[in-house]
Amino acid sequence: MLPLIVGQFGILFLAFVALLTSAAVMVYAERKVAAAVQQRLGPYRVGPKGALQPVADVLKLLFKETLRPAAADKWIFMLAPIISATAAFAAFAVVPFGAETTFFGLLEEPVRLQVADVNVAVLVVFAITSVSIYGIVLAGWSANSKYSLLGALRSTSQMISYELSYGLSLAAVLLVANDLSLTRIVEAQGGYWFGFVPRWFVFLQPLGFVIYMIAGVAETNRAPFDFPEAEQELVAGYHTEYSSMSFAMFFLAEYINMVTVSAVATNLFLGGWQGPILPESMGWIWFLVKIAALLFFYIWMRWTLPRLRYDQLMALGWKVLLPLAVLNLVVTAAGVVYFGN
Amino acid sequence: MVPLDHYLALSGVLFAIGVAGVFLRRNLIAILLSIEVMLNAANLAFIAFGRTLGTVDGQIIMFFVVTVAAAEAAVGLAIVIALFRHRESLNPDLFTSLKW
Amino acid sequence: MGTELLLFYAFAAVAVGASVLVVARPHPMHSVLMLIVAFAALAALYIQLHAPFAAVIQIIIYAGAIMVLFLFVVMLLNARQEEAPAPGTLLVRGPLRSGALLAAVLVAELAWALDAAQGSDDGLLAGGAGADPASLGSVRELGRVLFTDYMFAFEVTSILIIVAMVGAVVLAKREL
Repeated sequence: MLPLIVGQFGILFLAFVALLTSAAVMVYAERKVAAAVQQRLGPYRVGPKGALQPVADVLKLLFKETLRPAAADKWIFMLAPIISATAAFAAFAVVPFGAETTFFGLLEEPVRLQVADVNVAVLVVFAITSVSIYGIVLAGWSANSKYSLLGALRSTSQMISYELSYGLSLAAVLLVANDLSLTRIVEAQGGYWFGFVPRWFVFLQPLGFVIYMIAGVAETNRAPFDFPEAEQELVAGYHTEYSSMSFAMFFLAEYINMVTVSAVATNLFLGGWQGPILPESMGWIWFLVKIAALLFFYIWMRWTLPRLRYDQLMALGWKVLLPLAVLNLVVTAAGVVYFGN
Repeated sequence: MVPLDHYLALSGVLFAIGVAGVFLRRNLIAILLSIEVMLNAANLAFIAFGRTLGTVDGQIIMFFVVTVAAAEAAVGLAIVIALFRHRESLNPDLFTSLKW
Repeated sequence: MGTELLLFYAFAAVAVGASVLVVARPHPMHSVLMLIVAFAALAALYIQLHAPFAAVIQIIIYAGAIMVLFLFVVMLLNARQEEAPAPGTLLVRGPLRSGALLAAVLVAELAWALDAAQGSDDGLLAGGAGADPASLGSVRELGRVLFTDYMFAFEVTSILIIVAMVGAVVLAKREL
């Protein structure tokens, strides 16, 4: 019994550290990719090729003074970044990131690479995502600054609008998989069609995947949908008044949310840890590769596409994505009934 | 297993708090929030009964209540916004006249 | 047995405390936040009642959608602290007293009902028969019942939502 508990805590710790590290790596990757897109060098002075730049950034933020506007709502102002960061970490708890493994024979019993195996995992991720919006909204409202408030107002309407398409594209996958557990959804994607096409749901749900990714970008407030921040229009939107560690927590939450959206997309559409060559116990390597590809896509998009106008964002959400998502769901349901899974 | 009467007592207390809120508050939004408290008290009772009787009907009624609550919140808040445009206030005592 | 009851009391205390604060806090923003806390506690109770799907629905729809709508309106209207009652307003103390009285009557009534039912011998209140929790919490069973026995109610709900949508737009729009 004891080794199992140790294994569970190990997984918990591993996931926590991996998320923290991924945020640091993302900061570095973001700046390096941005530099490459803009034909610059990017950070290169701290450590080899600037690899220690995130460490320097974190240290700088740690030693800054925590400022709070005099007119701010004290408790909510302090609570908002904590809500953001907690929700970001919590959402990853139900995401499996590999099949059972013994870590190259390090452990006696194989452990499942997932913090908690929940039966309704997909819905739990969705629920936590829908709650994580409070961090942004409360931050914007409590700071008592007009830029922050505008950012908060924008993020509420944006997230309500895109949550619908996000949820509907998830529902279409659930129909195909006929299950709510992420682990079993991944297992359903093993094997090949015609001997060479992997049985990933992205081939059954191409439209759903596109809708999921667009809505996911909007949910994580990344460019070209970064209206709650929108540096050029709102200074920095909801986190204008934040400094020091509270600001770092928003930053951390943003990057972890990106990782979670990519991880869920990998599990639902790209076959999770399933892949050729490597044995199942080392599937987490495939998982990392797939996530990295999606995250690169995120960064690539940010530095390539200009921000939309606000009415264009709303029109895209309600007049394009939502009807397409409904259509996708209806067609999928009809297909499931006709072909009988 | 927690006996049913515990859940019913909790449900009753929550409902009473909601009723008190509707009577005590002088803010339209807070009154709508108190109504949500009452709806949730009812939901808890439904689900507790469903658990005790071993059927899913309690949960299904809870879904309908949630749907109705969503519709109620949308229309209620729209009315609040329309009223606020007229009087620049959320105090229900100002909206006693039938015509202005 | 012990831990389950303990958990129930803990979540019940959170739910009641948060609900009291919903009513007691003068600022609508704080009321909204406290209501979200109460919803979270109720969701935990639903999990204890073997209704995980209901718990998730509670968080997604209540906390994630309806309360966001409330927050949006509070921010949009820039709602402030509740002002003290204007002097000369009709029935200033009246609602306070009648509200407290009605709540007290309600609690007394419920206590009496529970007490009366305690005497009956069908054993429902003490726990009852209780089917196997597995079928109770399964989303499959819920979906089957919802789309067979409750089909008509489900369809009517969609009409209700359309009516609410049109109504909200008509009411909130300045001019159509």
